[in-house]
Amino acid sequence: MMLTTLLAISAGESFVQTTAKALALGSLYAIVALGFVLVFKATQTVNFAQGALALAGAWFTSLLLVDWDVPGRWFGDAKYLTWITAILAGAGLTAALGLLIERSIIRKMIGEPLFSVAVITLGIEVVIRTVTTDAVGVNSRALNIPWGLDGFRVGAAFIPWGYVACIITAALAFVAMFFFFRSRLGIAMRAVAYDQEAAMAQGISVGKVFAVAWGASAALAAVAGVVGSAAPLGSGIVSVSITGLAFRALPAVILGGLDSVNGALAGGLVIGGAEVYSGEYLSGYTSTLGVGYQLIVPYLVMLIVLLVRPYGLFGTPEIRRV
Amino acid sequence: MRGRPNLYTSYESESSLLPTGTQKVMTALLLTVAVLLPFNLPIINQLPFIRFVGDADWIRLLIQAVIFAIAALGINLLSGVAGQVSLGHAFFMGVGAYAAVMLGGASSANLWGWGLPMWIWLPGAGVCSALVGIIISPTAVKLRGLYLGIVTIGLVFIGVHLSRVLPKVSGGAEVGRDFPALEFRFWKETDPFIDFDSDGHWLWFDIGKNAKTYLFCLAVLVVLTIASKNIIRTRTGRAFQSIRDRDVAAEVMGVPEARYKMIAFACSSFFAGIAGALFACFVGKLPPETWDLILSVEFIAIILIGGAGTTSGALMGAFFVVLMPRVVEEIAFWMGGQAQSDGSLSGVWDFFVSLGPDDGGIISIQNLAPGFALPVSALDEVIYGVLIVAFLLFEPLGLFGIWVKIRNYWKRWPFSY
Repeated sequence: MMLTTLLAISAGESFVQTTAKALALGSLYAIVALGFVLVFKATQTVNFAQGALALAGAWFTSLLLVDWDVPGRWFGDAKYLTWITAILAGAGLTAALGLLIERSIIRKMIGEPLFSVAVITLGIEVVIRTVTTDAVGVNSRALNIPWGLDGFRVGAAFIPWGYVACIITAALAFVAMFFFFRSRLGIAMRAVAYDQEAAMAQGISVGKVFAVAWGASAALAAVAGVVGSAAPLGSGIVSVSITGLAFRALPAVILGGLDSVNGALAGGLVIGGAEVYSGEYLSGYTSTLGVGYQLIVPYLVMLIVLLVRPYGLFGTPEIRRV
Repeated sequence: MRGRPNLYTSYESESSLLPTGTQKVMTALLLTVAVLLPFNLPIINQLPFIRFVGDADWIRLLIQAVIFAIAALGINLLSGVAGQVSLGHAFFMGVGAYAAVMLGGASSANLWGWGLPMWIWLPGAGVCSALVGIIISPTAVKLRGLYLGIVTIGLVFIGVHLSRVLPKVSGGAEVGRDFPALEFRFWKETDPFIDFDSDGHWLWFDIGKNAKTYLFCLAVLVVLTIASKNIIRTRTGRAFQSIRDRDVAAEVMGVPEARYKMIAFACSSFFAGIAGALFACFVGKLPPETWDLILSVEFIAIILIGGAGTTSGALMGAFFVVLMPRVVEEIAFWMGGQAQSDGSLSGVWDFFVSLGPDDGGIISIQNLAPGFALPVSALDEVIYGVLIVAFLLFEPLGLFGIWVKIRNYWKRWPFSY
């Protein structure tokens, strides 16, 4: 399998392969960005703990799948069903963790400066990251990805199934969001995003909206953690480096605008594309640009866009009054 | 008027550096203790906690705390006083460190450096960093709040990457290079007239090399603390505060926003540059990955734990955050010792401490702990995170707020209100 990927492939096929990777990474960023946007819409702040929650989610899923064999003992040989159930259960556990954080910490910070809330999430990030990193430990922890490292071929271009999984997950997440924002609760969230006090006066439970946003964004982070460990970022085991996902997805969130769901999708795809295409097509200049330059490209794109449009491509400008 | 400490009859007396007599006495006492700390003097070395801190081992940590306090003063000016959220402080420290090594470092075939003396490279580091801050500052005019915070995160990543692109400056990723030694020379003569890497004899005191470094850094800290205080209590500081409180209103009242944001960035990065240069040269050799986001977050934590916008808070926060992990470590190892001993309470300590792979408990005193028990280094991190959360939740004014509460309690004693 690996040998054949090393065979010479034509420029067109290499482009297909790169595009698939760009789409997959972009989708992954879009999922994480969606989590950021949800929390920002409800609580007006940024949840820096997303990456740590992603690792926690991957760890929970691995615990369920490998250590406890929870869904597997009922479903037996149904590999995909077991795996998907485990992800959903892991996401549920992570969502519970998110709810716990929201209820015990974030809820008490209503009315405090937004920056303080953002820094609190940094503190939470440190705690969750340290504990889960210690829990994951030095030994690699399997995720029992049902397709392993397999993929399919378009001509000579090799596309792992993991990429497809990323794209499908992102598509599902965004379709779900589309319907969510048209449901009663979703409209309530839009109202809260617009004006908390006015929403409260209309009888909307702001606390419930906070809780839903945190739970959903934690669940999204967990899914991103598992799917990301599967293909574009890892090789099928829980990797501790997944905690960096939040900071890698930040340019995507900012590019799209902190409060725009469409922006999260667009930003994710643009940033993923920028990272992957520059990594592929500028690799000849690595000696000048420095190893790992493609990880900086998202931040450069973000900087340039922000200087032209300070609230991102789709973000709502803040109205400043005295 | 005498004996009524809160009665001010002029603006000068109200905004003076140390408005009350108590503050003058306390500051003098604190400074005396801080200066005498490393000397092993007859009375001071009997004081319980201070003797503990004066150990050769602890004094290196204390030097780090002093240097971090300098940087904390800088971020306090920018984020605490002027209200511009910055997570890029580590980047500016890095700029200072590499400016120092360019000016003062030794040059070789694959490294750049001019080998200039410290009286050039230390201020030079601050100035270079301030210039970079001025270049960055227009973004702060364009972007607000969290957007600015996230852009400055980008700055940190770009900075770490630049060190990979310019190995002649940084010495290469994950390797680093030797930073110039802290020593006083007039010019490039071979023997410095004061060096900080050997023990010496000043007047009639024996003084260790760490004690020398400590006193030098302390002197820099004192000078910069006064500078920072003076910035805050004069026109510039008032302009910063008005921008923090409401930038549009500040502009309406005639405070040029762009100019003062530029000044805020310049001051803040000047402090960061000095601190970065001192830190790098104190440690000797650092990989460029030192100047990463975690360090930036540490400074935000320092000013929030200390009390944002207050100079004394920044100082307290720096000492607290730098010394706390070591205290936690000491306590953990002490608990481990107790658990291993056969004292009557060893069972209690054993409940918390995990001594081996099969032993329960949440703390492990081994470095690479198998199983779930947290090794002490991870415990430090967790406590650090919990402290950030706890301070913001329960004491938003930080250590400074706690101090004010204690002070007010004793001021009003025995009345409760």
